[in-house]
Amino acid sequence: MTDALLSLHAVSKTFPNGVTALSGLNLEVRAGETLTLLGSSGCGKSTVLRLIAGLSTPTVGAITWADPRARNNIGVVFQEPTLLPWASVADNVYLPLRLTGLTRDGAQARVLEALSRVGLMEFATALPRELSGGMKMRCAIARALVTEPSLILMDEPFAALDEPTRFKLNDDLVALKNDLRATIVFVTHSVFESAFLSTRILVMSKPRGRIVDEIEIDPDVRRDADFRTSQRFSDICRRASQALRLATGEPAAREFA
Amino acid sequence: MTKLRDIAVPLVAFAAALGAWEAIIAWKAIPPYILPAPSAIFAKLVEDRDLLFSSLLVTLGVTLKALVIATISGVALALLLAQSKWLERALLPFAIILQVTPIIAIAPLLLVYMQPENAVLVCAFLVAFFPILSNTALGLASVDHALRDLFDLYRASAWQKLIYLRLPAALPQFLAGLRIGGGLSLIGAIVAELAAGASGQGTGLAYRIVEAGFRLDIPRMFAALALISLTGLAIYGALAALSHYLLRGWHESARERGE
Repeated sequence: MTDALLSLHAVSKTFPNGVTALSGLNLEVRAGETLTLLGSSGCGKSTVLRLIAGLSTPTVGAITWADPRARNNIGVVFQEPTLLPWASVADNVYLPLRLTGLTRDGAQARVLEALSRVGLMEFATALPRELSGGMKMRCAIARALVTEPSLILMDEPFAALDEPTRFKLNDDLVALKNDLRATIVFVTHSVFESAFLSTRILVMSKPRGRIVDEIEIDPDVRRDADFRTSQRFSDICRRASQALRLATGEPAAREFA
Repeated sequence: MTKLRDIAVPLVAFAAALGAWEAIIAWKAIPPYILPAPSAIFAKLVEDRDLLFSSLLVTLGVTLKALVIATISGVALALLLAQSKWLERALLPFAIILQVTPIIAIAPLLLVYMQPENAVLVCAFLVAFFPILSNTALGLASVDHALRDLFDLYRASAWQKLIYLRLPAALPQFLAGLRIGGGLSLIGAIVAELAAGASGQGTGLAYRIVEAGFRLDIPRMFAALALISLTGLAIYGALAALSHYLLRGWHESARERGE
């Protein structure tokens, strides 16, 4: 059993408009895992990411970190690429380092390394609008990697991409993950994506972000094209889909009950 | 092909309008003191060039000076307003009152308190100031939420957010405000010159129009008017080119249309 990197203790979040997104959530992120929060839109999964990132504070409850320093170095990939449209690809990746006071020359080696990891070396001087949707996302991933964070949060990063691009980026993310040994918390509503990427899936449901199922996946299994068509993969998908259907209370769910 | 059409068609249309004007004057034998032909206006422009061009320099100088002051103070105030909602609520009514009051109604009052040259400058400044202020304030306030989150995530200071995020994000709106302000500062200068004209102090182009009117020198009125139009066109063109240059590549407004 690996150690917890951080834990959410009985965390509730109520927004100023009175909507309660989370209520009494307990959750542990283990060091080195790829944890997927799987759920339909509005189940509070993005709120969990924002709380972990420190962009939002819990109304009730607490988040504890095994190493408080880790919370100051988190990489986040948002739903949209959120690149600065006026800055080149390299400057977008340089931004987090620039904000810590590093000079452009001092940061150059790390910026180039992050760009090469996502395969954007040739596009260093391009502007975001010259990139395809998938390349913009790669740029956002490079930006999240450039500070060498121990925790990377990804909020449905590939939801807006077409399927071949999404598969390619899933493959690349697996390769990156093996390289970096970072912990990843990944939010998605795609069952297939969660089954392919994760070492653990938490299925969340409306309302108030209850966790309705937890699926562990052997971290040593090779995530490749064979895995995508394996019996094991489809078992995981079936179980996750069932949990998701039960959670949303769709009529079809009764057949499995 | 597109370039040719974009440039040639308006030029041909404009030349045709001038040609028709010239033809009608000749055909109906309209005397120049009723309506001068374009050729007569051009001849007048050449004949009175020393007088008219020195007036042009005066008007242009006032307009540009006012625009520079309006830009600096408009951006500075927009930055100040962006710091505090309280300040914004307190100061915005003044800015709006200044904006909605027609400048021609303020000009005579300014002439009571100031030397005509200063009154003209203040008039031009007042009209150019508001669009620059309001557009810049709007631009500073309308930064993408996800980008704000990104800067919060990396614990950017207020200063870093301003330099790396809010100022560049506000640039398109600021430039739109500057284009409006550029046109308005010329109008403000002309209006104030007209108002001051009665006291016989101005030497700008608007004053030349008033003066030529008294002398029934209609061609000179048209010549001065043509110079004012050209000045307005030049200011608009220069600011549009600046905007295109600065936003080139990243902002929708500066991208090539079609195809």
